[in-house]
Amino acid sequence: MTFETIAAKLADYKGIDVATITMDSTFEDLALDSLDVADLVMQIEDEMGISIELDPEVKDMKALVAKIDEAKA
Amino acid sequence: MIHTDICDRLGIEYPIFQGGMAWVSEHKLAAAVSNAGGLGIISAMNAPGEYLRQEIRACRELTDKPFGVNVMLMSPHAAEVAKVLLEEKVPVVTTGAGLPGIYMKEWVPAGIKVVPVVPSTAIAKRVAREGATAVIAEGCESGGHVGELTTMTLVPQVVDAVDIPVLAAGGIADGRGVAAAFMLGAQGVQVGTRFLVAEECQVHPNYKQKILAARDIDTVVTGKRLGHPVRCMKNPFSRDMGAMEYDSTRTNEEIEKFGAGALRKAAVEGDMERGTIMAGQIAAIVKKEQPAAEIIREMFAEAEKLLSEGTKWVR
Repeated sequence: MTFETIAAKLADYKGIDVATITMDSTFEDLALDSLDVADLVMQIEDEMGISIELDPEVKDMKALVAKIDEAKA
Repeated sequence: MIHTDICDRLGIEYPIFQGGMAWVSEHKLAAAVSNAGGLGIISAMNAPGEYLRQEIRACRELTDKPFGVNVMLMSPHAAEVAKVLLEEKVPVVTTGAGLPGIYMKEWVPAGIKVVPVVPSTAIAKRVAREGATAVIAEGCESGGHVGELTTMTLVPQVVDAVDIPVLAAGGIADGRGVAAAFMLGAQGVQVGTRFLVAEECQVHPNYKQKILAARDIDTVVTGKRLGHPVRCMKNPFSRDMGAMEYDSTRTNEEIEKFGAGALRKAAVEGDMERGTIMAGQIAAIVKKEQPAAEIIREMFAEAEKLLSEGTKWVR
C-alpha cells in the first residue's frame, strides 16, 4: 500500500509514468537529487502525519518505503 | 541602529554572522567578529574533534561574547565534533553540507542554538520543526559549497516557509547587500568573503590579495559533476578541474583526488596556482583589508542609511 501511494506521488511530482517506478528503482534512476528527496519526504510527512528520519543511506524506493512503514508503525 | 529578533535570540549586537570558512575561520577571526558585536564562527571543517576543542578554548580566551561553530556534516569527524560542541557548551552551531537532524536531537535540549544553512524550503521547514533557532538561506552567489538557487530567490521563499528568523547569505559584502536582504524578509546576514580580508583573518596574504584584486567575472563553479559544486576564483587549478569534469575518460575518483587538499594549499600555503581560492561573486567589491569591527560598523551604517531612505521612490 505504501509503495503504491509513494509511487503515485512520485510520478506526479516528477511527471513520469507510474509504471516505470518499481521497488528496485533508485533515486538516481528516478533523477531525484538530495533536495528532491527532502522535499518529497516533507510532503509525505505532512500528508501522513508521520515523522521520517532522513538518512543518507536511503537511496531507493525499497528503503524509503521501509522507513515510512517503520514511522507508521 | 538595526536590531532584530536574531540579536535577542543570540545575545548579539548586530545581526551579522561571519561565515564558517574551512582553513579560514579560526578562533582569532571569530573572536574579533564577536567582540565587534556580530557572531564570529569557527569552522570545524574536516578536522578531528580535538582540533576544534583547542580552537573553542582559544576563542574563549579572546572573547566573552557569544560565538559559533560551523559543522561540515559531510566531515568524517562530524559525530566526534558534535560531541565536543556539547562538552564545550558552544552557544551557537551552524551546519552545512547535509541534514543536522540526528545531532540536533542532542544539541537543542542541551541549550545549543542551532542555525542550519538551508538550500531549499523543504529543508528549512524540516530543521525548523527539529528545533532550529533560525536558518541561513544561502544563495549560489556565495563562495565554497553552493546550491542552485540565488539569494534573491531563495531568501523570500524560505522566509515564507518558516516561522523562525532567516539570515540571508551569498552576495552580501556591503550595506547595500544588508539592506536588500532585509527587504527580502531576512532578519540578519551571513558574510564570508568580506571577512576573509579582515585584518584578524589568518588566511595566507596571497589569498587576501586575490580577493582584493578580484573582478566581477572572476569566479566559477567547479565540482558539479561530483555532486558538490564549489564556487572559487578562476586560476590554473579551476581550469584543470573544469577540463577534467568535461573529460569522460576521467573517473569521478580521479577528479576527487585531484581536488583533495586544494583549499589548504591556497589558504595556508598561499599557492594561487594549484590551490582552490574559494570566494563569492561579490569579491570584486571588497577593496580593502580592515579590522572586523570596522567592516561591521561600515556595513550597518550604510544599511541603516539606505533603509531610512527606502521610501525615496515612493510617490
